[in-house]
Amino acid sequence: MKKWNIIIDVAECTNCNLCTLATMDEYVDNAWPGYAAPMPKHGHRWINILQNERGQTPMIDVAYLPTMCNHCDDAPCIKAAPEGTIRKRDDGIVIIDPIKAKGQKQLLDACPYGHIWWNEELELPQAWPFDAHLLDQGWLHTRGHQACPTGAMRAVKVEDAEMARLASAEGLEVIRPHLHTKPRVYYRNLWRFTQCFIGGSVAAEAAGALDCVEGARVRLFRDGAAIAETTSDNFGDFKFDRLSENSGRYRVEIEAAGRRARTLDVELGSSTYLGEIRI
Amino acid sequence: MWMASARFSLILWGLVRLLRHAARRHPAFAARLKERNLIAQIVARDEGVGRWYLLRDGRVESGPGRHPDADVTIAFKNAALGAQLLTPPINWLDQINAQKDFKLNVEGPEDLTNWFAQTIMQSQTAGWKFGTRLADGIVRYCNMTNGGPVFVYVKEGRIIRMTPIEFGKDDPAPWTIEARGMSFTPPRKTTLAPHGQNAKSIVYSPDRLLHPMKRVDFDPGGARNPQNRGKSAYVRISWQEALDLVAGEIKRMKRDFGPGAIACSHGSHHTWGNIGYYLSALYRFTNAVGMTRVHHNPDSWEGWYWGAVHHWGHTLRVGQSETYGTVEDCLQNCDMIVFWAADPETTSGSYGAQEGTVRRQWLKNAKLGIKVVHVDPYYNASAQFLPGKWLAPRPTTSVAMAMAIAYVWIKEDLYDRDYVGTHTVGFDVWKAYLLGESDGLAKTPEWQQRETGVPAKDVRALAREWGRKRVYLAPGGWGNGHGGACRNQTGIQWARVMVCLSAMQGLGKPGVNMGNLQWGCPLDFNFYFPGYADGGMSGDIENTAMPVELYQRMPQLPTLASSFQRIPRIWMPEAIIDGKAEGWPWVGKSIEHQFAKFSYPAPGHAPVRMLYKYGGSMLSTMNNTNRHVRMYQSSNLEFVVNQSIWFEGEAKFADVILPACTNFERADISEWAGLGGYGHHGQQQLNHRVIVFQAPAIAPLGESKSDYWIFTEICKRLGLANYFNEGMNELDWVKRLFDASDLPGAVTWKKFIRKGYHVVPAEKKHLRAPVAFRWFWEGRRKDVPEAHPLPSDYNGEYLRGLQTQSGKLEFECNSLKRFPDPERPPIVKYEPSWEGPASGALYEKFPLQLLTPHSKYSFHTQGDGKDSFLLNIPDHRVRIGNYYYWIIRMNTRDAADRNVKKHDLVKVYNDRGAVICAALPTQRLARGVCHGYESSAIYDPMGEPGMSVDRGGCLNLLTPERTQTKSTHSLAGANALVEIVLWNGRSEHVSEAFKVAAAEQELRRALRSAKLVPAK
Repeated sequence: MKKWNIIIDVAECTNCNLCTLATMDEYVDNAWPGYAAPMPKHGHRWINILQNERGQTPMIDVAYLPTMCNHCDDAPCIKAAPEGTIRKRDDGIVIIDPIKAKGQKQLLDACPYGHIWWNEELELPQAWPFDAHLLDQGWLHTRGHQACPTGAMRAVKVEDAEMARLASAEGLEVIRPHLHTKPRVYYRNLWRFTQCFIGGSVAAEAAGALDCVEGARVRLFRDGAAIAETTSDNFGDFKFDRLSENSGRYRVEIEAAGRRARTLDVELGSSTYLGEIRI
Repeated sequence: MWMASARFSLILWGLVRLLRHAARRHPAFAARLKERNLIAQIVARDEGVGRWYLLRDGRVESGPGRHPDADVTIAFKNAALGAQLLTPPINWLDQINAQKDFKLNVEGPEDLTNWFAQTIMQSQTAGWKFGTRLADGIVRYCNMTNGGPVFVYVKEGRIIRMTPIEFGKDDPAPWTIEARGMSFTPPRKTTLAPHGQNAKSIVYSPDRLLHPMKRVDFDPGGARNPQNRGKSAYVRISWQEALDLVAGEIKRMKRDFGPGAIACSHGSHHTWGNIGYYLSALYRFTNAVGMTRVHHNPDSWEGWYWGAVHHWGHTLRVGQSETYGTVEDCLQNCDMIVFWAADPETTSGSYGAQEGTVRRQWLKNAKLGIKVVHVDPYYNASAQFLPGKWLAPRPTTSVAMAMAIAYVWIKEDLYDRDYVGTHTVGFDVWKAYLLGESDGLAKTPEWQQRETGVPAKDVRALAREWGRKRVYLAPGGWGNGHGGACRNQTGIQWARVMVCLSAMQGLGKPGVNMGNLQWGCPLDFNFYFPGYADGGMSGDIENTAMPVELYQRMPQLPTLASSFQRIPRIWMPEAIIDGKAEGWPWVGKSIEHQFAKFSYPAPGHAPVRMLYKYGGSMLSTMNNTNRHVRMYQSSNLEFVVNQSIWFEGEAKFADVILPACTNFERADISEWAGLGGYGHHGQQQLNHRVIVFQAPAIAPLGESKSDYWIFTEICKRLGLANYFNEGMNELDWVKRLFDASDLPGAVTWKKFIRKGYHVVPAEKKHLRAPVAFRWFWEGRRKDVPEAHPLPSDYNGEYLRGLQTQSGKLEFECNSLKRFPDPERPPIVKYEPSWEGPASGALYEKFPLQLLTPHSKYSFHTQGDGKDSFLLNIPDHRVRIGNYYYWIIRMNTRDAADRNVKKHDLVKVYNDRGAVICAALPTQRLARGVCHGYESSAIYDPMGEPGMSVDRGGCLNLLTPERTQTKSTHSLAGANALVEIVLWNGRSEHVSEAFKVAAAEQELRRALRSAKLVPAK
């Protein structure tokens, strides 16, 4: 049995919000009986793009994380809801019944991802229903998939075994895996959102001018052991990425031909740019 | 002769049958016939033959000969001509020639003659079927937004969704580029910009104007109360009253004051289409009526038009370069792209949706080996998407950085000496300036560091890498200009120095060019379809690109304005309030046209007393716009009419408001990103050429009407309707434009209007347009497909060389030697901004440099406000309390210094005004720089306009109106000096423009409190 999943590549999301807008276009002022009552024009973000800025000027980067109903296979909302209010379809999609769920505001608390939204006017808990009404009519993709210019958001219908293989082969992750809800929304390059870096710019004075040092050997030490090594680029820049936030003490050691080595100690909280480092 | 009469009579008899048949078959046409009761006759004057038609309550009676009580007479000179012109298909050239030669006359009341002509036309089109029928009673139409083409799904008269277009099996295959052992092909679908996907929400916006309205305290026969514009409420009036009022004022202005007394001001953009566009229907209307033009500055190209043209020509493209073939050349040969004040991921190529994004994503393929560098004060959306070194010069200073790069190239011999020797002139003069030989100041990396804040070592590193690699320099969003730093106070210098850097590295060599993959796709540019700047139905061969090709292809009555009075747009408030202004023209024909100063008022012309305003964007798109508020409240403006879709911006300053509908409620035809004119072959931005029939998907909301309808009705009151619309309906013009293009050879009309779109097949590989400037580098005749420069602008042999006097890239510009201008010396020199870190006391008072680039989500004011979906995007607006505030981004430490935290409400202000925004502290800006998009659609003063803070987010209230230089009509307001403080909730703030008014008010108050004047 093939089932629906979403695969999101964090590194390719540009925050254009086309998925968010396409979803509003589909649900605001439109009722899809059996699938969804109209989405309010404001206040709901069925597809919600979070952002994460790392580093300090001028060594920074920014990543975006589109989030939505995870269509969990072990969905806490289904457990919390009276029988028949929320159903899991054979194709993996979770639907909050737009009639039976009326008045059940407590379902908002059941979702650990904050992706059940309260429709004040209709007194209805709502979530993104995977555009199931369109897929059932033969649409090949969700609105978000269709609107995404970079392919950062893809809706794929595959066997669960195939999805597991994809996830492992391509390093896909789910958000907050410790909740064990078995989300059907997977992320590539999630580290851009969850992990941090140590970077710096190596410079040296020569012939009266300060210049960038290219090719300096830079090593990262932890507990006395070298855990990573890189070389500085033509701007003297180096970066060690995919480190855990608040992971403690690191030592950065910089060596370049004809120069005395420099070492710097870093207590890593979030991403840290060490600035200009003269050797 | 006998034969001609018989044939003519037969056709006239057939017309009765046609009218009755159409009424029987098509309810809409039957309804149309019931609109008027009249007797019309069509006659041949020579033979005296003819036929009359009596239309009464929807029924048609007819008889041969003339009718004694005819209301309408259409008279051909003779029967042969009548038969010829009435036999389909209509030959439009013969038709208008007959009118010009007075062989075809129309007599009768304008309303009836025009209605009758339109009705006959409508009888031919009543059976046309638009759209594709889907299940569940849904019809799928097509349309075009400024942000890309859409499928429009309609059910029961309501738009339910809009999506991008996914191509079908019958659509052609896209192009493929082979580069470095790989193949690159774009997907078979269209993309949308955020404001395109937002369209449904602005069609059904609660801010739609649904009825004509009049300001409550405006009495055309008595007190007009201009001082209350922007304050008073409105009352609903009928179309009849509104149209009579507007037409009456037009007549009064012309009769009482003379030519020039009416001005028309429109925005730079409109809802998409070739017929309903401002360069089309509006220009035909304003020319027919005779209005003073508000002459636009070259908007987003300022530095390129006023600066770069002197180095390399390209006046056709407003100073930007040709771009053909650059996608292929870049992917195949380039090693590095330097994005310089270039953020295509935010500006979407203006009309190019996310098409460039698709291509730039290929740069992430490490196998291509194309490195990316970003130079921008803001870590912009393109830097976010395409990782690379970010260099952040202070706003307005990167000219110095560019000069330091050139300095390093000279010192370290990292430029193409041979090319400079053979393809350029004047290098030694500029070189002497860079080395400090002429002014004693060497333009070293250390020198630039003091100006830009960018470390000298980084500039040296960039210069060295650049000098050793094949580099595409990408200034501005289009990669060859447009937007970016060309709109700030040093924009002219910046555009000039960008050209100079390109000239030093051998512009046109493989892998060395301008671009960032936004333009230069290998499409078919020999397939003709006009762009919006080609003038549509304007008949205007002076102010549109119509003479290039469309005028011959779609013959139409020419429209020439009798008045030559112009107001330079930047100085519009001064022109109205002070009664005079001076400007410099934007004309694409030659370099020298920009030197022809013009003055307002024009000799012998009446000053402007009536304003016909189209839409409401100026308050948030011009600069220091409290000046505009003052202008509107001036008694020099006796009458202001605003024709607008939404109740926003300046629409709230009008005396009479005419509600227009959107492009989803009227018929039109257009090509995606088909700009024409100054944006020749703008389709180069796209992965596919897509031409769309813009079907009327729904009926106009409320009493709103198409611009075309409104103009027709006003023209009827001036006896101009038949001249304005040539007796045709909007839909007939759409078909006429279809016939004028190359479409009929590719698709039938019937199929086109049902399917809704046509994809022009990609060019065959061996026929692709050559690479830009390759001809120049190789010393060949120009071979890219653009008919420019004009033949007389070549200095020797036609097609050899550039538009400059020398025909070469000029470091020292001959045109600026011929036109001495201390602010634009023949070589580009660095002169710090007059509103920046070098501004002394002003900088101390307002220590933050505010950047106001184009928005990522809205298209200028389009899409913003209007209670649209965009309000929900936290990087666009954020809801605090019950209000959606504009975002102001500022450096984290600058924010902390001011005790400002995320989404705190802050007052962004200077002497020009104050705007309340929601703060967003960020590391994407260096210290001392803040960033908020221009073009908020909402202008929302919290008290008296001009005397209070605005909470709509109109940051252009704060930007300088001063032009970049005195002898240019160049906007310089892309940045300003401001201060930001936590907002204390107070609403009063006296703007510079209102200081006098405020002082008077204060004096009155003082006098009153001293009991020197009796209190009321």
